[in-house]
Parts: sequence; structure tokens; C-alpha cells
Amino acid sequence: MRIFVCVKAVPDTAARIKVDKDGSHIDPSGVKFVLGPYDARAVAKAISLKEAAGDGAEVIAVSAGGTKGERDAKKRLKDALALGADRGILIPDDGCENRDPLEVAKALAAAIKAEGEFSLVLLGRTAVDDQAMSVGPMLGALLGAPCVTDAVGLEIAGGKATVTRAAEGRQQTVELTLPAVVSGQRDLAEEKYPKLKEILKAGKKPIADFAYAWTDGGYTVTALEPPPEPVAGKIVGEGPDAVPELFNLLQNEAKKLSF
Amino acid sequence: MIGGMDEIDRFCDSFLDDSHRAFREAARGFAKQAIEPHAYAWEEAELFDRGLYTQAAEAGLLGPSFPEAYGGAGGDVFHLLVSTEALIEAGCTGAAVGLGSLEIALPPIMILGSEAQKQRFVPPVLRGERIAALAISEPGAGSDVAGVRCLARPEGAGYRLNGSKLYVTSGVRADQVTVLARTGLDPHAGLSFFVVEKGWEGFRVSRALKKTGWRASDTAELAFEDVFVPTTHRLGEEGAGFACLMQTFLGERLYLAAQGYALAHAAWREAVAYSKAREAFGRPIAGFQVIRHKLADMAARTLSAKVLTYQCAAQVRAGSCSPAQVALVKNEAARAAEWVCREAVQVLGGMGYMRETKVERFSRDARLLAIGGGTSEIMNEIASKGLGLAP
Repeated sequence: MRIFVCVKAVPDTAARIKVDKDGSHIDPSGVKFVLGPYDARAVAKAISLKEAAGDGAEVIAVSAGGTKGERDAKKRLKDALALGADRGILIPDDGCENRDPLEVAKALAAAIKAEGEFSLVLLGRTAVDDQAMSVGPMLGALLGAPCVTDAVGLEIAGGKATVTRAAEGRQQTVELTLPAVVSGQRDLAEEKYPKLKEILKAGKKPIADFAYAWTDGGYTVTALEPPPEPVAGKIVGEGPDAVPELFNLLQNEAKKLSF
Repeated sequence: MIGGMDEIDRFCDSFLDDSHRAFREAARGFAKQAIEPHAYAWEEAELFDRGLYTQAAEAGLLGPSFPEAYGGAGGDVFHLLVSTEALIEAGCTGAAVGLGSLEIALPPIMILGSEAQKQRFVPPVLRGERIAALAISEPGAGSDVAGVRCLARPEGAGYRLNGSKLYVTSGVRADQVTVLARTGLDPHAGLSFFVVEKGWEGFRVSRALKKTGWRASDTAELAFEDVFVPTTHRLGEEGAGFACLMQTFLGERLYLAAQGYALAHAAWREAVAYSKAREAFGRPIAGFQVIRHKLADMAARTLSAKVLTYQCAAQVRAGSCSPAQVALVKNEAARAAEWVCREAVQVLGGMGYMRETKVERFSRDARLLAIGGGTSEIMNEIASKGLGLAP
């Protein structure tokens, strides 16, 4: 069994994001970049599937991105290797920020195809920086493989993947014939911390470059702005007496209630 | 705040490689999830959950610098330093030092022990299954190690051990205790190390000691009454204890210096966060020059203690650190910790005097550093000899 996990270097969710002078990129200075939190769970799941499958299974981490400054895709690949992936593939892209998601999916698909056979491609449901949520399904289409998003459970048996996914207000179970592409939720796997032994080993695991001729695609981020300042709150009273006014404001002013 | 690099980290970063940075992040993630939520309760209960040992072992945090052949991770001294930073940041120094008692209990086994002894006494501790403690101090002997009176008298295929030991970190729950005892009359050459195991007849915990700081760690007075210790549990040759202890002091004092800058750094971060959030006279108190300058002074002391300790660690790793150097560093880090933690309490004001805050705990924890692992007076004595000042 050969499992690919696609990972991305993203700003730490606790980081305070500032917009760069050009108005369409984030200012990376002083921002800590981490392995995408959903991606990290996907890596953890890939490792547990590999361990369950026994000998011969291989987990390959793939990332498209630059290696300059804090936004270093190679370091995040090392994080994946420290979590237990066997080797890494880096698709160098110094202009990765705001890259057309279709271009990213094409590059990942090309790198995966170049490796030959695969059983499964795992990735996080979204990268927490641009929240595009589109690479997973596009990758499925480009690889000609069935794809499921938002997985919270995944079992492999008899050439099939049984995926539990979070749908609105319910859980759906889907069976996919392998090879398949699955994007995962947080609950796909428990958070794993790399052990020092694995961190030290990761330094010796191979990371190969896969060259891809990037094009601009048909997608341009034209502006990036901080979210609007929150509107000041309003206290309408206390206890049960305040309920009618609260209800009135929620329905008529905030328009958050409709019947 | 947990996670991320601040200016103090960045200043010291050239000592580290990617494996240290990644390990620090992993240790922070673990500490945030497994220690921080329980820190206050454990401090109040004066004991952390025993389950933390196995959890920490599974996360690879026990004995990061021990060789892989004995269940360690094969890291270096900086891996121990960065994990100590992460554990202390979680606000429960007692848990950090409780987990860390193996860092002083196992080195005599690693230095003097036979292969069989190392395999028997080291891996189960690094797996978190057994707790290890080191017993040196006695009611009548602390800094004056040569005054140890705990007596191991040869008998048959072993020794009969009698005496008591004091201030034994992790001693209440320890499954194995590395004990320094007297096997001869010579003050130095008459000392030997033994491993005494829990449950042996005559070995008991006389009492659990109540402390100013490090409250979540168990500290014991131990009694040995005619305890039979087989020769298989003597480490090295008879009389090898003192020289070995001197060798381990280097590591122990560096570890304590690390706790010093780590406490200072964690307290500084708490004070900075508080000063930005707390408003007085209509603005955050960080807006007042008196607070900002205090925070800058605190950063300077923290930075100097941290850089000094990192430099010392680099020399320990290279095998070029003298006892005098580490003694100076330990004293400076201990002083920085006490002062910075005190000032952090001051920044938090009334809140800083409340046990629910980390800085209140840190300020009590810091006091230990001028006492444990050799008092600051003994450190100065060692340093003065090294500096050629002794007559």
C-alpha cells in the first residue's frame, strides 16, 4: 500500500496576520509557520493506516511551496517525516502564496503520477490560511480517483476505503474503491506529537525535488484585507425581562432569526 | 503564552538546529495539553498524576538525551534544555522536575553500571513504568557530601544498609532509588552508589515533605533499616561514588540553570501578556513607562541567563566545561529566576499574589535554585577555586 499525504506550510492559527504593503499578500515577518493542522491529522491517519497494514506500506508526504524564510515547505515536510512519513517530495514554488488552487492540484497530481501506483491520497479538508477547500476534490478529478471530503473516519480493507464523513447534522458513510482521494477533518485522527527519536530520524529521511512548470492559471487574488472590526455589543437588559427586546433585535435588526 | 518564538528565543536560536526547534514545539504541544490544564490542581494537591510519566514517555519526553540503546532518544543536552523550557512554561514546575528526577537518578547508573545493570534500571524508567530518584542529602549532610553517614556494611553476597536520606525528589513514589552510602572510612573514597528498590524489607518512606515551591512533585525523607542490598545493586567498584557524583554534578547544575532561565522566561512572558491586557487609569499598564522599562530589565536578565546557560550547554556537549564555569552559570541563572519572577509578580500586582497564577508559583519555585544541587554559597566556593582565588 502506498499512501500520499499532501501538506502545506501555513501561518500558526495563533499568529496575528498583517497584510503586506502590496495589499494582496500576508506579511510573513515574525509569523510562525506550521504544518497545516488538518494536514497533520491526515499524516497521523496515514501513519496509523500504514501501521495497521504492516510491512511494505509506504507513506509519502508531498508539499508544493517555497523554502525561503519562515514559509518553508521543506521544514513542514520534515514535520511530516518526524510524525512517521517515510519520505518527502517537494514541488518547489517560491510564488506559492495566492497560487491558483487548480495549479496546485495539477502539480500535486503530476508528482503523484510520476511515482506510479498509489492506494490513497490523504489531505486536510482545508489549508487554514486561504481556506480554499478546493485542492482535494480537484486532485480527485485530476487523478481520476473517487474523492470524499471532510472525513472523520477511514478504514481500509479489501481494496476499499470506508469513509465516515461529517455531513450537515448527520454522519454519512461512503465506500470508495481504491485508489481514492480523501480530505480529512480534525477528528480523522488524534493529534500526534513527534518524538525526538523520530525528529532525529526525519533529518536523515530523503526529500526529493519534483520540478513543475508553474503557470498563473485563471485565478488572481486581487486584494487581502483584515476582517472588519467587530461592531460594539449591546446590552438590552437582564433576566427574562430582556428576552422580548433581545428577540426583536435578533429578528429585525441582526436578521439572525427567520421563520 | 505557549508556543512561538519571541525576541529572547531568537537571540539564543543560533545554538539550536531544526531538531531542537521541532522537539521544543512537540514538547510545548504536549505540555499544553497534558500539564497546563491540571497545573493548578496538581500544585494544590501537592502531587501530579502518576499517569503523566507514561504519557510523557509516549511523547518521547523522558530522557531525551539518553542513548537509544537504553530507551532514550539519542539527543543531546540541548534537547533536554528545550524540553525543560516547554514543560516549565506549562506552569507546573513540580511536574517538570518530578518527570526530571531521572535526569539525576540515572546518570550514576549510566556512568558506573554494568551493561546488565543499565539494561535493568534505565529502559523501564524511560518508558515511564518505573520512577527513579536520587538520594544524596541526609539530615546531617547536604552540601558537605563527604559527611554522608548512611552506612553499607558488607554482609554475605551484599550489604546491610542503614541510615536516612532527605529531600529526595520523586522519593515518595520512587520504584528505584540511587543511594550514596558509606562503604569505607575515607570521607571521599569511602562512598559508593547502590540502587535500592521499592518494597525491600527495611526500606520505607518516613514522610512526604511539604515544600515552598515545586509543590506538585513528591519529595521524601527515606529510611533504611537493615536493608539487604545485593552486590548486583552496587554501581561500579566500592568507593567509586564520590568521583562519579562530581561528574554528575555538571549535568545536574546545568539542568538547574536551565530551570532558572526557563522560569524567568516563562514569568516574563506571563508579565508581558498581563501588561497588555490589564488596564489601569484608562489604558493597558504596558502603556506606562515604568512597566515597560521593568519588562525590558526583566528581558535583559532572562536573556543573559539563557545565553549563558546555552553557552555552558554547548561547552558541556563539547566536553570543555569546568565545574567552576557551571557553578557560575547556575548561580547567575538562579539569581535571574528569583529576580525576574519577583518582578513578574509585581507586574501582576494583587493577581500575582494569587496561587491561581503561574507567576505566583514560579516565584516560589525559583527559590529552590539557590539551594538545590549545591547551594549558591557552595557554587561560589567552587567558582572561587576555579578562578584561582582560594589561598
